[in-house]
Amino acid sequence: MWKLEKRPTPSRGWAIGAPLLAVVMTMIAGGLMFALLGKEPLTAIKVIFWEPLFGEFSFYYRPQLLIKGAPLVLIALGLSLGFRAGIWNIGAEGQYVIAAVTGAAVGLAFYPWESWIIFPLMVIGGAVGGLLWALVPAFLRVRRGTSEILVTLMMVYVAEALLSAAALGVLKNPDGMGFPGSRNLQQYASAANKELIAGSGIHWGVVAALVAVIVAHILLNRHIMGFNIKLSGQSPRAAKFSGVSPGRLIFFCLGASGVLAGLAGLFEVSGPAGQITIDFNVGYGFTAIIVAFLGRLNPFGILAAGALMALTYIGGEIAQSNLGLPGAAIQMFQGMLLFFLLGMDVFTNFSLKRVKRGIA
Amino acid sequence: MDGSSISLVILIASLMVAATPILLAALGELVVERAGVLNLGVEGMMITGAICGFIVGVESGSPVLGFAGAAIGGALLSLVFGFLTQVLMANQVASGLALTLFGLGLSALLGQGYQGVRGPTSMRLDLPVFSDLPIVGRILFSHDLMVYVGLALTVAVWWMLKYSRAGLVLRAVGENHDAAHALGYKVVRIRLMAIAIGGACAGLGGAYISLVRVPQWTEGMTAGAGWIALAIVVFASWKPVRALLGAYLFGGVTVLQLNLQAASLPLVEVLIWLSTATAVILLIVYGLLRRSGRQESASGWIKCAIVFAIFAAITAIFNSIFGINLFRNETLWLSMSPYLATIIVLVVMSAGRAPGSLGRTFHASS
Amino acid sequence: MSDILLTLEGLTKAYPGVVANDDVSFEIERGEVHALLGENGAGKSTLVKMIYGLVKPDAGAMTLSGTTFAPAEPRVARASGVAMVFQHFSLFDALNVAENIALGMENPPNQRQLAAEIRNVSETYGLPLDPDRIVGDLSAGEQQRVEIIRCLLQDPKLLIMDEPTSVLTPQEVDILFETLRKLSAEGTAILYISHKLEEIRTLCDAATVLRMGKVVGKCDPKVETARTMAEMMVGGTLHTPERAAREMGDVILALNSVSAASPSAFGTSLRDISVEVRAGEVLGIGGVAGNGQDELLAALSGEILVEAGAVQLHGADIGRLGPNARRGLGLLCAPEERLGHAAAPDMSLTENAVLTGTVREGLTNRGFVNWGSARKFAEQIIEQFDVRTPGPDVAARALSGGNLQKYVIGREVMQRPEVLVVNQPTWGVDAAAAASIRQALLDLATGGAAVIVISQDLDELMEISDRFAALNEGRLSAPRAASGLSVDEIGLMLGGAHDMEVAHVEA
Repeated sequence: MWKLEKRPTPSRGWAIGAPLLAVVMTMIAGGLMFALLGKEPLTAIKVIFWEPLFGEFSFYYRPQLLIKGAPLVLIALGLSLGFRAGIWNIGAEGQYVIAAVTGAAVGLAFYPWESWIIFPLMVIGGAVGGLLWALVPAFLRVRRGTSEILVTLMMVYVAEALLSAAALGVLKNPDGMGFPGSRNLQQYASAANKELIAGSGIHWGVVAALVAVIVAHILLNRHIMGFNIKLSGQSPRAAKFSGVSPGRLIFFCLGASGVLAGLAGLFEVSGPAGQITIDFNVGYGFTAIIVAFLGRLNPFGILAAGALMALTYIGGEIAQSNLGLPGAAIQMFQGMLLFFLLGMDVFTNFSLKRVKRGIA
Repeated sequence: MDGSSISLVILIASLMVAATPILLAALGELVVERAGVLNLGVEGMMITGAICGFIVGVESGSPVLGFAGAAIGGALLSLVFGFLTQVLMANQVASGLALTLFGLGLSALLGQGYQGVRGPTSMRLDLPVFSDLPIVGRILFSHDLMVYVGLALTVAVWWMLKYSRAGLVLRAVGENHDAAHALGYKVVRIRLMAIAIGGACAGLGGAYISLVRVPQWTEGMTAGAGWIALAIVVFASWKPVRALLGAYLFGGVTVLQLNLQAASLPLVEVLIWLSTATAVILLIVYGLLRRSGRQESASGWIKCAIVFAIFAAITAIFNSIFGINLFRNETLWLSMSPYLATIIVLVVMSAGRAPGSLGRTFHASS
Repeated sequence: MSDILLTLEGLTKAYPGVVANDDVSFEIERGEVHALLGENGAGKSTLVKMIYGLVKPDAGAMTLSGTTFAPAEPRVARASGVAMVFQHFSLFDALNVAENIALGMENPPNQRQLAAEIRNVSETYGLPLDPDRIVGDLSAGEQQRVEIIRCLLQDPKLLIMDEPTSVLTPQEVDILFETLRKLSAEGTAILYISHKLEEIRTLCDAATVLRMGKVVGKCDPKVETARTMAEMMVGGTLHTPERAAREMGDVILALNSVSAASPSAFGTSLRDISVEVRAGEVLGIGGVAGNGQDELLAALSGEILVEAGAVQLHGADIGRLGPNARRGLGLLCAPEERLGHAAAPDMSLTENAVLTGTVREGLTNRGFVNWGSARKFAEQIIEQFDVRTPGPDVAARALSGGNLQKYVIGREVMQRPEVLVVNQPTWGVDAAAAASIRQALLDLATGGAAVIVISQDLDELMEISDRFAALNEGRLSAPRAASGLSVDEIGLMLGGAHDMEVAHVEA
């Protein structure tokens, strides 16, 4: 018989080993799933993890990795702050969508005037949109004790309704011949989030993600706010005793994740996506939850996890077109990754001991 | 023939249909949370139940087997969560979210070949004499079997929690798992059973959507019903009969939304009148409760009444003065309404006391 | 048929890094009140858990009424006639008395019948209890009655009581002893676990002393003195803290009718508490568990904010200030619960130093933590307070109770408080560590600080306080000089016997 026993101190080795092991186990389980779907498992795994990086068309896919990875990393960083403190913003998707709408609205309001100031204003507009969308649940949680989990999630659906209303109404392209969707911001120089180095995939969102990783690292490891966040997550009573105000922490964590999700949405709508459409959002806000956990809520871990998750997205698309692997299989693959990760996590704090059956 | 009375009857009858999936899922989650486990994977289990039920239903041609398949599918999926949180002691919030994400993917994968397929004919339970009764017959006695299953389950859960030994043990485990362990109850085993029951109920709820309400399979068709079910458990203060009320309330909102959309009534005006009427009704309940000396429960009703009144007033002011474009966009308001209603109810109703060990990880240290 | 009820032979149980019980053997006779004596961590709890079927022994055997007894789970133990009243109650706050009792029974009758039985038993043994009340609303003493009645309803042959008097006033203790004597006269054996020697001397017929998991002595407590038993228990001579004569200074901290609602559902609200503490004074606040101790500490630490003017430090109002502002002014606190309140279990000792040390030790600079100084501060605490640990990088939960408590108290004392408030400073701490903690508190007062010690251990309070006040249902009695207070007077200050009555012992 086996038994789990609490370790006196959390194991550092397992803290790093658990995500790696989870990835390996997901590959094995995913391979089995692909085999069940009638695909050659090794080929499928190779297509997903190898092709985008080193395959024939990697010159095209590598920049795509940055484009997909940047919003994931940005959103996941914001989420990780709250998750560490036990504040569960699971509606980043909504904040991302709203920010895209508000940011794009700021840009389109100036159309067709050209000025360098427009893009910075859009960034602010997006950040504020995401912030406000996240502060609603923060306010309700602090004032009324309403579960932020449910409110943030419900607000995703509200945001999606607003998105389609905007795409079909207020922001609809007047020159669009009746098609739904806004003007394409890529064709509006002052509002476009262009590639900074041609062909590299690096746009302002990638830069913002890298900066955010460093800022988050400093915040968590050097600043008292980071300490308070960790403390509140581990023992809320001790945090209160230490002098942390739970309300302010909720506002900070939800606000920060709203801003970061907002930035991700703004850079997406002004860059890769280009316009507000009904199906603008593709679930980054939810995938970022996996990224945050896969990165063990650690900024650099999240950077790596975001890259890995972007890889599965792009590899999944290649597998979809080359092997006919259904898109849903990739979604499941990502879900499995989170399962294995959560399962492996137990060994950070517990060790498996063999116990002899007692005499009793 | 008086058209309005008929439509009210149909409204109430279809309200019961719209509420059933949420009710089933909420009852399951209520049992889980009473055992001290917070499973945020309801949406994932519902959608998995929807596709499992649909596949089994289509392949066998029997809706009964379909529902059975849905319950088994939901329960199996929930046990993944159970294994993670109870055996490997993973964080319940994270595992629940993972379950939802995984369930959405799994259902999409399973449902590959079933898009646009017609489901089996649903099983109506027409009680010959009763369903011919005017009004009452239409409201109460001409539904499919699952509506009654939902009602029966409410009573069963209520009875089990309040009067049975199993219910007492379940509540004890949810209230204080360390004490329950000290008395020799198998905390993990009891919780795993509760989780499986919750999964089965969510599965049934999902299958009701794919087999009866729609009846068809589309990806992501539960559209947040699982989350609303979670909200209802909180709103119901973990009490089954209140969960029934909550589910019917949301059923009402949904049906009203559909009817208004069809009737293309001036929604904003209707909204104002409806909230005013609700405020008045709540006020009357408040008065009655006060008179009967139940001061404490009365205060909740007056708060609700005030909120509805304020809401009506604000909407009226905005509507008359600004008449903003956004306010006139009825499709927008209608599609947001169930989610906004959930938020408003969560904010207004202060929840009762949650089970003491809710969401906490149990590890028998000795 | 012999008179021996339960025999333990060579019971051994090891956990990683510690042997909790090592070859423990003794016997309990029918109708005997048998004391199991030992310090915290001596292995008493593990031993009774084995008898109750919660823990399986690694080696050894038990015999109950002449047959082999190896309960696989508490259910089996209960069926064999073993019942247990836990130290930390195994009760469910949100359930009512009858439901709580039903949970501890194998085949409970229906609710109505059970309620009648509860009334009947509670009458017989002088333990009044209303079966319909919610347990969370009961006082600690009443909650213990629920546990006792739950046991009595099963006609136990052996009743295990784990530290039963720590939640009772002296008067309530007397009533409990009456009940236990009556049970013993009826033939029920009682295994009585305690480290309070006087109690054991008055109640018990035999005693087994445990130290470091081993049986180190057996004695008849009626013929031993408390001192000889204490030395058996500790394994050496006891060091009593020394109090230097000291001058009382000015009033530092004043509470003016502090009232505050409890933040927890079944907590006790503070009602109109007024008291003053002077420089150099140790004010002891006694009280039975759950009478507002946690809330009082929180109101002083700033975790609960009170009305403006209700708390004054050096005459200045601090009632609306948060914990860090109060620390800045010199009011420091150490809460009761070490793991999760006074310290974060999974954080290192260095991080736990930052928990309260930022303001007075200057551990932050414009919000950025200076981890170098934090570590140095942690090392100083470890050295000065003799905290046994490999170093400041170890997680708090890896420390033993006594060592972590020394760290927590040390952390506050090292910050040179003007007022220090501690709640249960020596709860669950071994005798040596307890003595050094008490000495540190006395030294602090000698140095001119005001010290408030909230404790449920009356012996401790009598040993170190200058004045004594009692908390009872959220109210604080007027303080009285500690020297010369009799046990009866203290008991009455604590609320006497609440609504208990003496058992109807028939002659």
